[in-house]
Amino acid sequence: MRLIPKEIESLWTLFTAPTIWAVHFLVCYVLVAVYCEKAAAAGFTFAQMRLVLVLITLLALAGIALSAWLAWRQWGFGSGDPPHDAPTQEDRLLFQGFATLLLSGLSFVSVVFVAVPLFFIETCQP
Amino acid sequence: MTDVSMRDLSHEERAKQERELREVWQTPSGWRYWTSVNNTEIGLWYGATAFIFMLFAGVLALLVRVQLAVPENGFLSAEVFNQAFTLHGTVMMFLFAVPVFEAVAIFLLPSMLGARELPFPRLAAFGFWSFALGGVFVCGSIFFGAAPNTGWFMYPPLATDKAYSGVGADIWLLGLSFIEVASIAAAVELIAGIMKCRAPGMRINMMPLFAWYLLIVAGMILFAFPPLIAGDILFEMERMFGWPFFDAERGGDPLLWQHLFWIFGHPEVYIVFLPAIAIMAMIVPTFAQRPIIGYSWIVLAAVGTGFLSFGLWVHHMFATGLPQISLAFFSAASEAVAIPTGVQIFVFIATLLAGRVIFSVPMLFGAGGLAIFVVGGLTGVMVALVPFDWQAHDTYFVVAHLHYVLIGGMLFPVTAGIYYYYPLINARRLSERLGKIAFWLMFAGFNVAFFPMHLAGLRGMPRRVFTYPADVGWEWFNLISTLGAFIFAAGVAVVVIDVVRPKHRQPPLEVNPWQAGTLEWISEPEETWGVRSIPIIKSRYPIWDQPGLLDDIKAGRYYLPDVQDGARETLVTSVLDARPEQCLRVGGTSIMTMVAAFSLGGVFIALTFHWWMLTLVCATLTFAAITAWLWTGTAQIPRSEVRDIGLGKSLPLYRSGPQSVGWWGMFITMAGDGTAYGSLMFGYFFYWTIHDDFTAGHAGPGMLWPLLAASLFLLAWLAMLLARRVNGSDRRWLMRAMLIFSAFLTAAGCGAGLAGPHLNAMDPTVHVYPAIVWVVAIWTAVHGALAIVMQAYCLARSLAGRMSARHDMDLQNVVLYWHFLVITAVTSFGVLGLFPAVR
Repeated sequence: MRLIPKEIESLWTLFTAPTIWAVHFLVCYVLVAVYCEKAAAAGFTFAQMRLVLVLITLLALAGIALSAWLAWRQWGFGSGDPPHDAPTQEDRLLFQGFATLLLSGLSFVSVVFVAVPLFFIETCQP
Repeated sequence: MTDVSMRDLSHEERAKQERELREVWQTPSGWRYWTSVNNTEIGLWYGATAFIFMLFAGVLALLVRVQLAVPENGFLSAEVFNQAFTLHGTVMMFLFAVPVFEAVAIFLLPSMLGARELPFPRLAAFGFWSFALGGVFVCGSIFFGAAPNTGWFMYPPLATDKAYSGVGADIWLLGLSFIEVASIAAAVELIAGIMKCRAPGMRINMMPLFAWYLLIVAGMILFAFPPLIAGDILFEMERMFGWPFFDAERGGDPLLWQHLFWIFGHPEVYIVFLPAIAIMAMIVPTFAQRPIIGYSWIVLAAVGTGFLSFGLWVHHMFATGLPQISLAFFSAASEAVAIPTGVQIFVFIATLLAGRVIFSVPMLFGAGGLAIFVVGGLTGVMVALVPFDWQAHDTYFVVAHLHYVLIGGMLFPVTAGIYYYYPLINARRLSERLGKIAFWLMFAGFNVAFFPMHLAGLRGMPRRVFTYPADVGWEWFNLISTLGAFIFAAGVAVVVIDVVRPKHRQPPLEVNPWQAGTLEWISEPEETWGVRSIPIIKSRYPIWDQPGLLDDIKAGRYYLPDVQDGARETLVTSVLDARPEQCLRVGGTSIMTMVAAFSLGGVFIALTFHWWMLTLVCATLTFAAITAWLWTGTAQIPRSEVRDIGLGKSLPLYRSGPQSVGWWGMFITMAGDGTAYGSLMFGYFFYWTIHDDFTAGHAGPGMLWPLLAASLFLLAWLAMLLARRVNGSDRRWLMRAMLIFSAFLTAAGCGAGLAGPHLNAMDPTVHVYPAIVWVVAIWTAVHGALAIVMQAYCLARSLAGRMSARHDMDLQNVVLYWHFLVITAVTSFGVLGLFPAVR
């Protein structure tokens, strides 16, 4: 078994990083929304939940970084420049790698954006 | 794609092929013209209808502006005013902005991808007729004083108050649900078309950007519209039968509607915006006379916006008292979406800077639109900040913001598209002079009308008021806005005149009058076959980079230059590299789609007025029409297995499972269906979060019946898997037996699922808990009933000799449906049975 997956021939890899963003966003939103409604019955504090969410954020960022690395590899570690518009399978793969890398970057920034409130807001309703 | 040697046809051969192609793709004449399903007709009708609705909604806006021109005005009564602005917003969003993109896509995509047709032409026709009928129904209501009057977002409790909202709310809910069906139909058509019907060689790195955008938008529709459909169901159950989903007194919550509406409503903004930007992505390279700079960056922007737009919905709900940390998440995501949006604009600017720009009317509208959009984007960044939003919320500042975004981001680029693509409709250009006049009237009028609204809003003028007192400092702003609105309308009128004025004296243009590089310009307006022969693509801008392409296509030197078996055919290719996989026979002219759409429309209209018998009659007719349509038009067993498509290549005519477009169609539809179901389950858990005891002491469905139901569905699914397996080894009697067995299990599962709430005497009108349990159970049972219909259909197909071990598309698709159904059933009954016990 290999640690890093081989290159996969699929359109879906393009969506990995944004999907991680979406899952991270939903987890943050749902956990906070449920906690704030059920705080009385919850067995943990806001601070503990915040910590869990920060850990989940780090996990999400790690996932996106991995997706970015795989994309970077597929892009040949930047060996060729865009536009990657030749009618060959190779250029198609390079294009996919590059586009995935760009999307990983956007997703990374967006996850950081969404995580910012966790550092500044200490209760449900300050 | 390896090079292939092309052969020249003799003159007679060519003439014969052309005659046969013309005959097969012919548009019927007389009244039968309306039964056409050809993408050029459907696209044109779709677009024209959407524009007529737009003009109608524009007139409503002018009435609204006249009423607001001066303080204490009596031009419209409060009631008519409410109907006018509600219908204005509703029509612009649901009957213009979304459908017009579907229209453009259906019209342009086949030729842009080098295909003869999209894979489901009859579905497109069905979507159009649904849209047209639903639209007339919704618009017509205002002439009877019965239009919806509670704002385009229909907030309860105002909209659930029957004394105030009358039948208007039902017209909105049912009329638009019907139109949403059309949008989902379009999404299925577009995704399957873009993924599987591109010309050979058009790998995903060479797809026109328009197709990339449309692919993302169609995906967004699948996840955005279903939550609204789920919301509509809950809403209509409350209005029709008093199930208290949004009634706080009986445990409901109006906020659930706001969530479901805006989970749809915010992506909707991007569903509207991205296709318009997609048109710009086609126009800019043509007039910059060079390929786009940053193709991958555009893909990043389209995909990124598509995802991020689903994390913004609560920014419409900043003032509802949700926890501030929740608001902050949405505020952050709302700021993040500015990144991909900005990337697109920079890509266009870079392309224009690097090219030699030809200034023309389409560029004028495009550039003007983007300038307006940027202003709207900047105020968007402002209102995405919670503290600012609390100040600006529900004021004219927001009205100004949303019009800057939608008119700059959508109406102007679409008008650019009209000027750009008009030659594809009748080989003539629109007037350069009238275009310029129209642009300046629209651009100036727009800013005069909407810029003062920012200021009126900051001075506290609330939205949706029908009049205002004279001494609060809003008079001038409103008077200027009204003047601007009329200047803007004059500009729109010039465009309309330019489009409809007779042009038979103008000489027809040559093909591709703008010297564009993309494939849509190969289509010849006077021919209906789409492309004469399906080319091999080797560039993002094939007309620029592949010399002789146009001649080779026209001379029939590429794939599928001929007709076989009198069928309409196009190629199916692989997703990534566009390798030819199948020769697909698509449906031709048929009246069944029209009958199905009109009778389904009848169902929705009859429901609005509670005419139950008529509802039943129309539903039966819809069922019969759709069955007839499927039976005669889908999964036909071809006379021969393979077809010579030319250039020494033969392809199968029949494929099933994941290789067939029908399977993709089912998968995409069920993804949308699953989202609607997910939204209902979201409702279930939403009620759990907001109450300490969400059952409020009411009896639940118990554990026994729901778990029995889940098990029966699981067994029925296993029986279906077995049916597929034995069919594969051609044991057809065993397969038929399994189908019948599975149908019985399904029926038992549905019965058991409904028995839980029924035997426990759960009354859905007393409290929201029994109501949501019933809704989830009924949703699942209805899907079970549909599964039984499909099983019966497969059985009938098998008995009629239309389905076999080799030709098993029907069975494959039904099993795919079952994968989704079993997840639905196990989740539904698992949650209904177990969750009250474990919470």
